[in-house]
Amino acid sequence: MKFTLSWLKEHLDTTATLDQICEGLIGVGLEVEEVSDRTQELAAFKVAYVLKAEKHPNADKLRLCKVETDTGVIQVVCGAPNARAGMKAIIALPGAVIPATKIALEKGSIRGQESQGMMCSERELLLSEEHDGIIDVQGDWPVGTPAVKALGLDDPMIYIKVTANRPDALGIHGLARDLAAKGLGTLKPLDATPVKGTFTSPIKVSVDGQSSCALFVGRYFRGVKNGPSPAWLQARLKSIGLRPISTLVDITNYITFTYGRPLHVFDADKVHGNISARLAKNGESLVALDGKTYTLSDQMTVIADEKSAEGIAGIMGGEASGCSETTTNVFLEAAYFDPQATAATGRKLGIISDARYRFERGIDPAFTQVGAEIATRLILELCGGEASELVIAGAVPNTARSFTLRKTRVKSLGGVDVPWTEQLRILRDLGFVVSDDGVAADDVGATCAVPSWRPDVKGEADLVEEICRIYGLENIPNAPMSRPHDIARPVLNPLQKRMLASRRMLATRGFNEALTWAFIPEAQAKLFGGGQPELKLSNAISSELTDMRPSLLPNLIAAAGRNMARGFADLMLAEVGHAYAGDKMSDETLRAAGIRRGAAVSRNVQGGKRDVDVFDVKADVLAVIEACGLAASTLQVVSGAPAWFHPGRCGTIQMGPQNKLAYFGEIHPRVLQAMYVKGPLVAFEIVLNGLPASKAKSNARAALNYSDLMPLSRDFAFVVDDKVLAAELVKAVKGVDKVLIADVNVFDLYKLEGGKISLAVEVTLQPKDKTFTDAEIEAISAKIVATAAKAVGATLRQ
Amino acid sequence: MSLDALEQELLAQVSAASDEAGVEAIRVSALGKKGVISERMATLGKMAPDERKATGAALNVLKDKVTEALTAKKVVFAEAALEARLVSEKIDVTLPVRPQSAGTIHPVSQVWEEVVQIFGDLGFSVAEGPHIEDDFHNFDALNMPADHPARQEHDTFYFNEKPDGSRMVLRTHTSPVQIRTMLSQKPPIRIIAPGRTFRSDSDMTHTPMFNQVEALVIDETTHMGNLKWILQEFCKAFFEVDDVKMRFRASHFPFTEPSMEVDINYSREGGQLKIGTGDKWLEILGSGMVHPNVIRAGGLDPDRYQGFAFGMGIDRIAMLKYGIPDLRAFFESDLRWLRHYGFRSLQVPTLAGGLS
Repeated sequence: MKFTLSWLKEHLDTTATLDQICEGLIGVGLEVEEVSDRTQELAAFKVAYVLKAEKHPNADKLRLCKVETDTGVIQVVCGAPNARAGMKAIIALPGAVIPATKIALEKGSIRGQESQGMMCSERELLLSEEHDGIIDVQGDWPVGTPAVKALGLDDPMIYIKVTANRPDALGIHGLARDLAAKGLGTLKPLDATPVKGTFTSPIKVSVDGQSSCALFVGRYFRGVKNGPSPAWLQARLKSIGLRPISTLVDITNYITFTYGRPLHVFDADKVHGNISARLAKNGESLVALDGKTYTLSDQMTVIADEKSAEGIAGIMGGEASGCSETTTNVFLEAAYFDPQATAATGRKLGIISDARYRFERGIDPAFTQVGAEIATRLILELCGGEASELVIAGAVPNTARSFTLRKTRVKSLGGVDVPWTEQLRILRDLGFVVSDDGVAADDVGATCAVPSWRPDVKGEADLVEEICRIYGLENIPNAPMSRPHDIARPVLNPLQKRMLASRRMLATRGFNEALTWAFIPEAQAKLFGGGQPELKLSNAISSELTDMRPSLLPNLIAAAGRNMARGFADLMLAEVGHAYAGDKMSDETLRAAGIRRGAAVSRNVQGGKRDVDVFDVKADVLAVIEACGLAASTLQVVSGAPAWFHPGRCGTIQMGPQNKLAYFGEIHPRVLQAMYVKGPLVAFEIVLNGLPASKAKSNARAALNYSDLMPLSRDFAFVVDDKVLAAELVKAVKGVDKVLIADVNVFDLYKLEGGKISLAVEVTLQPKDKTFTDAEIEAISAKIVATAAKAVGATLRQ
Repeated sequence: MSLDALEQELLAQVSAASDEAGVEAIRVSALGKKGVISERMATLGKMAPDERKATGAALNVLKDKVTEALTAKKVVFAEAALEARLVSEKIDVTLPVRPQSAGTIHPVSQVWEEVVQIFGDLGFSVAEGPHIEDDFHNFDALNMPADHPARQEHDTFYFNEKPDGSRMVLRTHTSPVQIRTMLSQKPPIRIIAPGRTFRSDSDMTHTPMFNQVEALVIDETTHMGNLKWILQEFCKAFFEVDDVKMRFRASHFPFTEPSMEVDINYSREGGQLKIGTGDKWLEILGSGMVHPNVIRAGGLDPDRYQGFAFGMGIDRIAMLKYGIPDLRAFFESDLRWLRHYGFRSLQVPTLAGGLS
């Protein structure tokens, strides 16, 4: 919503400055987006009189001018073809900053002649693109008059953002009302005096109850003279960026912006028969004032004559019956259209107009006839002619409603003590009709009838808002909140703590945490077990962001590819976030995932270079699980993981076959190929929701029980079939003596011929009460060998 | 040769020894089985008792002297050998260490923790809700019925229509968590709801996914003065400044009444934004008293319960606090960005230790 200061002052009697007005607007909730005030910028530019303009002695195209300024007569060299004696121009003296160049003017010498100033073009002052000549000031302005005044630029333009709930602020009169309530002046009264018609309108109106039109007020004018509107009206429209068209059209635009009341004028001679507001027929079409053809449906309301639709209700008039310079008979339409229906039609047709903008937010239904009367006076004044009596169909929708404002409510909800009389004063100034006279008609509060222009007020809380915003939110004192506990208690739940622990553990291990899109390309979703129809966006913003991600890994792998393209071949990326298995709440799981790509230890002077492998990510998973407060040793590690992993190089960590907690392994070469990312690349993904709750019931630790005796270790080199898993051998050996065998560690593995492997384990024996005798050690060793043989067919290597 | 002469000769030999092997050779030649001293010792048995006694004592003295000289000389050589070894073992400590990747925490995660620290101190717990929401929680219950104009402005991501005509949406704000919380907890309620939100909008300053944090307080007395207070205290604590000026502007949100937008003051010094100084205003959040219709949709009686809600962008406050220029880069996983703007793993924000 744009307006100018002087336009506002036609409705607000005020001595407030521009800054005060802007502060006031912001305070009451009308955000000022932009103020364009050129008086400062153009302060140095003034009207000057060209006394003499002669050819420059040394240049054919330049003129040597004697110019009278308010500080004396100066010499100016000017190249403009229109520079001539007797004209008034806008002069810039040395020191003035030219708006177009932002450079301060200096005294200069052009072809040997001193130039003590510059006469400006419109382009130099950023008024237009005009640069063929200098500004030829019209009007009887004395030398020294500020340029802004002589050029009509001394009226600052204010652009405010109006929230969707305030259709009343889409007219200058409504803004003035708010500012008056705020104490920035007095609202000038409206002249709603009806104009008496001198004849009966030959065009009748009717309203179809199915349509979006509740009320149609029309008036016929005969013998008008259309043409360019007067300078003041054109200036008003231009000042907010509107293009003047013709007097009749300009009047409707003027009233739209002044009162928030859109109107339409038909060339009555182009109207066939009577006018009605009715639903469109399916497929009915119309060429609107924007020159485009719109095809309508039977949900949309049109204003039609007896032949065809002539306007889209509340949105845009039709071209065929529009007014032109030659229009002599006019039919004025002031109607009220339902906001929702107008919004729906506007959306479907994709038309954005000043009328739609207002109707869909809900204009003042009670103002319909007043708007018609104001327009009538302007038409008669500016176009002459005669007005008919009004023709009216339908009725003003009844929006009357009242709410009780309790005397205590502003304090208890708004947190501020506003004197009761002040509360009532504010409401009255905003147009509410308040039952209480401010003394004590009702001890509890007052009944407040909502003005017809405030569709947003629907309850007591809204009344509190009105009072608070006018009284000033800055006047509400800050009030400390109570502390539920003197010393704060923890607020995070176990899953939230695990989220934080996972993140910090991964960063500690060297991962760079990323935050990636929750949606991914369909092809990638399918590679990772996703792509279900219920997880596809119906209005995806690009083909790269179509499906909710079934896993965090595709984004991390893709990010690895992008980073590799920038020269980072060795990288560790992790993310802790959600993945989606369906559209139910329980299908969203919080996960911690990571990828390692390239060298685990890169080339370095200390040696030990190696590529990432599965055991790097297995260690990551175990570390995260430990960081989440679980003992990794209680979990099973089994071979195999979903299809996006290398089938022979992946594993699952589980609590049992039904309760899989994490996957790790090399990413399948085919998946990497499909994503154009080169390996080696290993990855893991942990479902944090799936981790079992910590079993610890108390903070107290179990008593520490340790032996004073030295543990001893024995190595066993077993030969087993290469199908045997290390974990199976370890489990068997551990089972030999759960008390004395403290640890079993595989320390060597190599392939033998004939499908066999050698697995060497170090067994740590912890004596409990006394040191072992050789015989005891022999006995337990023999048992280990026998058990290993029985469990996994192991033989001792010879 | 007299013992004196022998002593002089042996000590001279020891003194002249050039290495440990030389010392050992002297020891063997003097004290070994066939050494000169040992040989003289062997002759003692044939001597008369008096002579034996005198000669024995003298020989023992000689033996001790020579042994001592040999030991001292050995220590000298051992010391020299160690010194030589130390010199030879010198390494270049300016060589790089074994490579180890330094991990980082994403700024959004860091700020999540900072925000939780601040509100946790006032008893706000962290509530969460699904990203894939239904119309009821994302719109209807928040006082945005189907035809509400504000609903059109939300740039909602939709899923495909189901057989029953309904369709799920990606939540456009964290506000649905308000409803879920009210429906599942009894007042007094104090929660914050940080999380991902989605709008089909993408340009210089908008990304289709972004992070918000919502706060909700519901009890019987909390009013706008409390709201203003907590916002001011939050801004001071979060931006770690002694004071921040705030401008409260009346505004409109369907789910709050009264509503206000909040600006904080800032200045720009040397290209860096400074919160809490200067006279420029920056919009930072939207807030208000929870609309009675929203309280009702949460299953509570609006005549009894009231409270406030506010929401702000986690990404945005992270950008403001840490001088991060471009929102889009948050989600691009560019290692250079993650390493530059990320936080060290042990840099855990706490109220006691400081948030940053």
